[in-house]
Amino acid sequence: MSAIRTEALTKHFSVGFWRRRPYVALDALTLDVPDGEVFGFLGPNGAGKTTTLKLLMQLIHPTSGRAEILGRPAGDVGVRRRVGYLPEHPYFYDYLTAEELLEYFAALFGYAGAERRRRASSLLDEVGIGAERRFQLRKFSKGMIQRVGIAQALVNEPDLVVFDEPMSGLDPVGRREIREMILRLRDRGCTVFFSSHVLSDAEALCNRVAILAGGRLVTSGSLADMLAFQLRGWELVVTGLTTEALEHARGLGRITKATLLGGDRYALELPLSTPPDRILADLTAHGAQLGSLNPVRETLEDFFMRQVAAVKR
Amino acid sequence: MRALVIVAVNVFREAVRDRVLYILVAFAVLLISVSFLLGQLTAGQDVKIIKDLGLAAIATFGLLIAVFIGIGLVWKEVERKSIYSLLSKPIRRYEFILGKYAGLALTLFVNVAVMTLAFYAVLAFLNTRFPAPMRAAWPAPATDPGMLLAIALIFVELLLVTAIALFFSTFSGPFLSAALTLGLWVIGSFNADLRNFEAVLQSPAAGWIARGLYYVLPNFAAFDVKAQVVHALPVPPAYVLTTAVYGVVYIALLLTASVLVFDRRDFK
Repeated sequence: MSAIRTEALTKHFSVGFWRRRPYVALDALTLDVPDGEVFGFLGPNGAGKTTTLKLLMQLIHPTSGRAEILGRPAGDVGVRRRVGYLPEHPYFYDYLTAEELLEYFAALFGYAGAERRRRASSLLDEVGIGAERRFQLRKFSKGMIQRVGIAQALVNEPDLVVFDEPMSGLDPVGRREIREMILRLRDRGCTVFFSSHVLSDAEALCNRVAILAGGRLVTSGSLADMLAFQLRGWELVVTGLTTEALEHARGLGRITKATLLGGDRYALELPLSTPPDRILADLTAHGAQLGSLNPVRETLEDFFMRQVAAVKR
Repeated sequence: MRALVIVAVNVFREAVRDRVLYILVAFAVLLISVSFLLGQLTAGQDVKIIKDLGLAAIATFGLLIAVFIGIGLVWKEVERKSIYSLLSKPIRRYEFILGKYAGLALTLFVNVAVMTLAFYAVLAFLNTRFPAPMRAAWPAPATDPGMLLAIALIFVELLLVTAIALFFSTFSGPFLSAALTLGLWVIGSFNADLRNFEAVLQSPAAGWIARGLYYVLPNFAAFDVKAQVVHALPVPPAYVLTTAVYGVVYIALLLTASVLVFDRRDFK
């Protein structure tokens, strides 16, 4: 089953003061987010990521198209019982304490008094809010607010969480903790759909990604599939390599780059056109020994830049 | 319904934690207490002065609370974006609007109750300071329960003002909302003049428009029976009931309009 499904989801905003004209924030987005996966929704600033998330949460109304969450129309209030949402740059009632805020939201899900307190307390523990939980939120730093934001999104033990830039405002320790939390959520069967422009997070966490640019879907699919065949070449680490053998290989144009790692240990970059087994045979014939051989794949960042650049052209 | 109550309780909690509210209520209570001193300046008019000032203080400070909390009810949530997390929970937009309204209504009720208690406490104290023959000459006892009728109508009036402030706050900023709400309150308090405009106007069309406005705009003057109760003049129960029903119908229309406007809004 799909956790999220959109069909030609489109949003136009009116811009301009006197002569109002439409601005296409999202253009016919058709997307399928499978159940139980971590799905990264990537794109540069202004790509339409937050617009999509707000459409899913019904904070804005679509100009056309459809959106479904957990098999129900996105506007269905009942389905929100199973969904958690962290908005971008969250802000909460600053006159409440973190505990009170979580209890307030838990009450909206129908949790009774003791259960509300228990849930609030365990979630605040989980996101690393200690004794500060009894302070009013006006005293909280941006990073602490972000942590509270993540806790409130999980208050109902959701089947689907939608995070808008979850790592925003967090220090390196916080980022790691949230990454681990996302993986824990996935392990207990929760679908995590998150927007980000931090590609390393997406690369570390996601099963699938979608890339959005200029309000349009550029590509979508399994991260492994996207990057598996995008081989750029090979990295060969050898020891005992003589200078003559290295020069010989260079002369034949089989090596793009050679980096001395220390002693007689070299890391050699081979172009994709060079079969690694042939050069390895060549080098071992000259007395070199194999250290390791690894494919050099395109990173998500390379892939992202290429896709986004293509849209801009 | 549960969501509505939860939102309402939170509005009340926000108001209770807002220092501005305490300042307003403290000032009102102080004014009611000071009226006791003012009363002493006017021989024989003590009770009347205190009643006049006390009821006016309840109405005025209630109005300030209704307008200045009312205009921020929705606007603040949208501006600060706290609404994003809230509306992603299982709550319908109409529950949010009605919850906000109910929360402020509860806040107003508590405030009006506090001011009324202070008002009656001052009057009860005054009652002990005058000998029985003097008290007998007053048109009504100092702690005349009949004044509660005037306070009840003030409360309905405040609920109406709140509904107006809430309506404007569903689509405009705080300054415009405050100006429009106070503007409507001023026009509504002198509404009777609109009805009689056609007698002094040359143009029948202008008179017609003035009469139309008289029927459309809220008639706040109708809620003001302060002078009658202070002078112990009878206020027919049927009048109080009709006026209250008028207020409730008007509030219902405004809340419906607020829900319709809010339902269509995009939170960009």
